[in-house]
Amino acid sequence: MSMGKKLMHWVDARFPATETYEYHMSKYYAPKNFNFWYFFGVLSMVVLVNQLVTGIWLTMMYNPSAEGAFASVEYIMRDVKGGWLIRYMHSTGASAFFVVVYLHMFRALLYGSYQKPRELIWLIGMGIYLALMAEGFFGYLLPWGNMSFWGAQVILNLPAALPVIGDGLAEWVRGDYIISGITLNRFFALHVVAIPLVLVGLVFMHIVALHHVGSNNPDGIDIKKLKDKNGVPLDGIEFHPYYTVHDMVGIVVFFICFFAVVFFFPEGGGFFLEPPNFETANSLKTPAHIAPVWYYTPFYAILRAVPSKLGGVIAMGAAIAVLFLIPWLDRSPVRSIRYKGILSKIALTVFAISFIVLGYLGATPATPTATIMARVFTILYFLFFLLMPFYTAIEKCKQPPERVTGGH
Amino acid sequence: MSQAEGVNVQRRRVLIASTAAIGAAGVAAVATPFVRSWYPSAKAEAAGAAVTQDIGAIEDGQMIVVKYRGKPIYVVKRTEDMVAGLESVTPLLSDPESDASLQPEYCKNPTRSIEPTVLVVEGVCTHLGCAPNYRPDVGAVDLGGNDWYGGFFCPCHGSKYDLAGRVYSGVPAPLNLPVPEYGMDGTILTVGEA
Repeated sequence: MSMGKKLMHWVDARFPATETYEYHMSKYYAPKNFNFWYFFGVLSMVVLVNQLVTGIWLTMMYNPSAEGAFASVEYIMRDVKGGWLIRYMHSTGASAFFVVVYLHMFRALLYGSYQKPRELIWLIGMGIYLALMAEGFFGYLLPWGNMSFWGAQVILNLPAALPVIGDGLAEWVRGDYIISGITLNRFFALHVVAIPLVLVGLVFMHIVALHHVGSNNPDGIDIKKLKDKNGVPLDGIEFHPYYTVHDMVGIVVFFICFFAVVFFFPEGGGFFLEPPNFETANSLKTPAHIAPVWYYTPFYAILRAVPSKLGGVIAMGAAIAVLFLIPWLDRSPVRSIRYKGILSKIALTVFAISFIVLGYLGATPATPTATIMARVFTILYFLFFLLMPFYTAIEKCKQPPERVTGGH
Repeated sequence: MSQAEGVNVQRRRVLIASTAAIGAAGVAAVATPFVRSWYPSAKAEAAGAAVTQDIGAIEDGQMIVVKYRGKPIYVVKRTEDMVAGLESVTPLLSDPESDASLQPEYCKNPTRSIEPTVLVVEGVCTHLGCAPNYRPDVGAVDLGGNDWYGGFFCPCHGSKYDLAGRVYSGVPAPLNLPVPEYGMDGTILTVGEA
């Protein structure tokens, strides 16, 4: 036995190293017909690592106080060697995170990846999505620019709409009567310690749950039904080396796009870094147009579409909460959109359009026409979910094949 | 759980339940300081405490600014003429009765104040939060001449308010200037508590 093998033998008797590696990598059989949409899971992991590493470095130079925060961000941008690159990787990474996560979630909707037995993967994934939204919100206050301040002001006024406990709750979260250095300090702690811990834990659970039941695929059929004499699924291939190498191509292409933004459009046309954030927080000067960062705008549009403030907050909460219910709203006998009926295809298309239009409306000032459009698309957004038990049950589906298509 | 013989399941269940209940109470007790630490600290409370100001020295028709919780509070000593003029300006206003606007119940009256001559409002334009200027000069040509009865003018986007902080119609600002909680004791004004 070679030295290497001896060492692994010694380790394996004390820690399940080889067993874990085989279970999750070299003997994890993934369907061989993964397509383009299956890159976004691994890309989410790549962006998570990017955010963790750049984030740790930023905390080394950032000053979490009302007096020092804005200046320390400028210090990072101008004086710290390579600081601008680290910060732009972090700020662009925040938007990139939501890009890949939204596409990853859309993939799940396309191929029914939330259906039995993957309900928990979907629920854990929704937990990741909520943690991500919280992480983005807390992080956006930290540069202490004027949009940081007023964006947080608007969002923290939302719980204040709740009857009885509302005002006290907003005061408790702020820790002051206005958003101040006290608020900034606690948001810093939540952004760099608490939420990242939750995120990493949930991502771990997401993958454990996925590898326990196995990956879905574009045909939405169970590859474990047909196995060879060694018990290996006929349509499965080892995750390593096949998909590790395959994913590396996707990661390189992603990095080309990502760094094009980092180097050439780090402000993302005012969507990634908003113009009012280039001046320091000022409680006496409201920006001309307060809009949240683009990844919250669909829900912000829903909030504004409802005439009453409390009703808007409830509608916005419901728009997110209803996503949790999808595994139980979909009554279809098949998973993949490829074999679902025409009603599901129309519904999903309308939903995707609604989400994008709401995102656009939430980023623009509320005109009477825009408000009417926001109401129409809010209703369409909810109808996708509320009608799902009916259209998935009555439509005529195609018979999925025995074996996966493509990937030969 | 496998049951060994002779185990009193009933008693075991009671013990488990009571241990869990005591444990939960312990967790709640330990959580208390963590939750309480998020409330405004003594320092924040002191900084946000009610402010008092002797307004006895303000001349009739003059305005002073008091700072309260990061906001400028405008205090105007209105003359009898100014108070009388509040009636004639009402046709030009968008919310003359202050139904949609923010003020304590005791200030929801024609003068929007406790004492008719003393106006206390937040100097924050309800449009986008700029600070309106005090323009008591009746008939100012740049503000509409004969239609200007004195009041506040926001230089940012041209919103106009009368001498009770009520917004004119046809300007960007949607609501009257908010009136904070305040109290009067002789000439001593307290902003922040009644």
